Amino acid sequence: MKLDAQGLRDLVDERLPRGRVRAVQSAHKDPGRFDAYIALLQERVPWDDPIVLPFGEHLHIVAKGPGAFVVKCDCGHEFCSHERNWKLEALVRVRDDVESLREVYPEKMHGDPEWNVLREYFCPGCRAQLEVEAVPPGYPVVHDFVPDLEGFYEEWLGRPLPGAAA
Amino acid sequence: MAIVDSTRELEPRERAPIGWEGRTAQEMLEESEWLFAQSGAYWGLDGDLELKGADPIRYEKLFSRVRGGLVSARETALNISASPIVKEIGELCFALYTPEGDSVALSTGIIVHVHTMSDAIKHMVRSAYEDNPRIEPGDIFTNNDAMIGDVHNADVQTIVPIFFEGELVGWAGGVTHEIDIGAKTPGGVPVGPISRFEDGIDLPAKKIGSHDELWRDHVEAGKKGTRTPMYWTLDERTRLAGCHMVREAVERVILEEGVDVYKRFVREVIEDGRRAFKSRLREMTVPGRYRAPAFIELPFAKEAQLPSYARVDHALHAAVELRITRDAVLELDYDGTSAWGHHSGNCTPSSMQGAIWVMLTQTLICNDKVNDGAYLGLRANFPPGTLSNHSNPNASTGNAWYFLIPSFMGFIKSLSRSLQARGFVEEVLAPYGLTANAFQGGGITQYGTPGATTNFGLSCVGGGAKMLLDGLDYGAAMWNPEGDMGDMEMWELIEPFLYLGQRVKPNTAGPGRHRGGSGYECLRLAWKTPFFEMQNIGNGRMFMQSGLWGGYPAAPAYRHNIRDTDFFAVVARGEPYPVHEPDPADSALERVISGTRQFDLETTTLPEMMRQGDLYLSVLRGGAGLGDPLERPYESVMEDIDGDFLLARYAEPVYGVVPGDPDATEAARAAARDRRGDEAVPVREWMAAERERVLAGDFIEPVRRMYAESLRLSQRWAAEFREFWDLPEDFDYDIETPEVDIAKALIAQAGATA
Repeated sequence: MKLDAQGLRDLVDERLPRGRVRAVQSAHKDPGRFDAYIALLQERVPWDDPIVLPFGEHLHIVAKGPGAFVVKCDCGHEFCSHERNWKLEALVRVRDDVESLREVYPEKMHGDPEWNVLREYFCPGCRAQLEVEAVPPGYPVVHDFVPDLEGFYEEWLGRPLPGAAA
Repeated sequence: MAIVDSTRELEPRERAPIGWEGRTAQEMLEESEWLFAQSGAYWGLDGDLELKGADPIRYEKLFSRVRGGLVSARETALNISASPIVKEIGELCFALYTPEGDSVALSTGIIVHVHTMSDAIKHMVRSAYEDNPRIEPGDIFTNNDAMIGDVHNADVQTIVPIFFEGELVGWAGGVTHEIDIGAKTPGGVPVGPISRFEDGIDLPAKKIGSHDELWRDHVEAGKKGTRTPMYWTLDERTRLAGCHMVREAVERVILEEGVDVYKRFVREVIEDGRRAFKSRLREMTVPGRYRAPAFIELPFAKEAQLPSYARVDHALHAAVELRITRDAVLELDYDGTSAWGHHSGNCTPSSMQGAIWVMLTQTLICNDKVNDGAYLGLRANFPPGTLSNHSNPNASTGNAWYFLIPSFMGFIKSLSRSLQARGFVEEVLAPYGLTANAFQGGGITQYGTPGATTNFGLSCVGGGAKMLLDGLDYGAAMWNPEGDMGDMEMWELIEPFLYLGQRVKPNTAGPGRHRGGSGYECLRLAWKTPFFEMQNIGNGRMFMQSGLWGGYPAAPAYRHNIRDTDFFAVVARGEPYPVHEPDPADSALERVISGTRQFDLETTTLPEMMRQGDLYLSVLRGGAGLGDPLERPYESVMEDIDGDFLLARYAEPVYGVVPGDPDATEAARAAARDRRGDEAVPVREWMAAERERVLAGDFIEPVRRMYAESLRLSQRWAAEFREFWDLPEDFDYDIETPEVDIAKALIAQAGATA
């Protein structure tokens, strides 16, 4: 089901009536949704780098010149190339003791910090909490998603990757 | 050669093959697989789908009739059952298969089993059951062996061949989940078994009836094998009746449409399903690599009754990697996963495929033709010796869900990253809740007779947060898309425990911009039972899987059980007694009720006795959150407090909300962001310190062993771990991993035999 620009805006802003959201979920997917969603995200960020792929809440992969794609926050903070793990360039707060875990969870409902910890990753620019990891201590920082941008654009969408090297 | 005529008559005679065009079913399966390998299309149908193309309306009607027959069979047959799991919750499903065992269509219900039965049928076909014990019209087969094709023993399958004019045209299969499977410990998800020999009733792809009748010896053996013989017997009749209804539906279609049309249809519809799956991948996802490891503890060191080799605390690691290739193949890779173990939480490839299936049907292929076509668009790596593929003829899979459910949270999470990247925000879902606690046990019921239960209130834990909505509260289970907790009155009829209360449990949901669905809790009073052995099953120490994009994981839970209580004295004094425990830090249950108390994080235990007057708190988990909690609307947080979803004192530390004061909330949120800046450090700075800890192995033993198992079972995972932390090339931990040694010996033995 195709939503017009305002309809998509309402969907994303959670103003579309539930019945219509349900209808959108049940209907065939709109092949134009990807472009429409990018256009919506683009109009909402305060910078002009073209978004080539939405990358979760607050984050986007943007084109930064020929063959250069970086992970960028809404606020404008740029992390690193999209193929590298942006978390390594973030700020982290680790909840690895009972006291800090109890700031989020009640007594007896926060697990055991010897078994696993919470790592909160923040944007150095705006301090948005971008990801939380729940892993045993010592677990490598998880590289959640490495998109195949070239394959996606050229083979699936059938068009050149914006900003691809000539 | 026999010398007596009547004996001579028993000697083997030539029998016509049961497959199509003079082939055996086994030959058909081999040809099907060869053609798929050659062409990449089901049965080599790599061109136009003729039936679909020539008369698409007829094609769709055929599918609807078959599908309708399956749904009708399920809805009708479940009324035969007396088990609340089957009758109330709907823990059953039916499916139709080709002669080679590929699923054509399925009913609603616990559809995780559509592919597991496919594995079971293929096993029978591949093992030449056609010759022995023979596959004939009116035969009845059963299976509950996860090594052959199942998740765990309690999912019992009945499979019936469908013949038309001497040819095998397909199979009807049905599954019910048994309330008790006669395992070492009571229930349908037994925690007690540490080997296959303790998993309970064992039905490895057996013929159990002919001429449409169950053989009496099988029926009698079943009654003796379980603690709940009535449920067992009626469940089996449920499955059989449903299969016969499916068979009739197929026969009707064949009589009206012609067998040649039916034969063409079943192949086209599977190829159609395969193509639809690929196109859905292209339509809704982004090619690339996704990772979402999950964890759960299995703490058995405290269980004195286990042998020493099983008395171990495990941190279980599911190294979940999802890849979507440019040619639209979905690859699921568990390389790096922990070793199998002497416990019941092991899986087989069939268990894993079942879970993939139920995930796909609720995500990518929920509104298309659902059949084994999707399976053909998948590639999986479940490394031998790991929890995802124990490869050990002796290993238990009695509670395979213990690993499956946490690990597949990573599947949903990864897929959601893809859906958001394509703009399909309405489909995004954070990890679901663990279907726990399992209120499960056995002993003497309120009727003075032996009995057992697995309370399927666990079918209604919290769903994961969505991008546009909070998670579903106490209404979801990943393995049965029709979440239903049943009626308390029904559970009280079969369990010697009264419900003192059943309410939403605050703070079970993972916080986030959208919070996860909330779990709930039940306080149960043991009633008129001299003894009933009760287990606890769930996570207490580990979160399992975090939320998405700043959302927190759902809360682990705890155990609060009290024995030898003064409950009846409190009642006799006319004093109020607690009916729930909204805040474990301020527990009326602890203040008011005296007795021998277990109030701790021991949330997976072997059975321990309870009797009249004892109290058991069953905490059902929530789902994970999505997005930064500081972005959750003030009004939503206030509604959470009002609705008992959130303890008020967590509004500010988690959400930056000052209850009753929106203006102060803005300031509190600004301060919370500042505090993040003050308290957080650059990741690389933190990594330098953490590396020293990794190098020193400064972890508790279960975590060290978890790392050692992954390092020793996966070269790739080991190389990445060492590279990430800049460790020596041969870095390992000085700890024994006996299950890895056994796995490697078994793999070497299998290699030598092959």
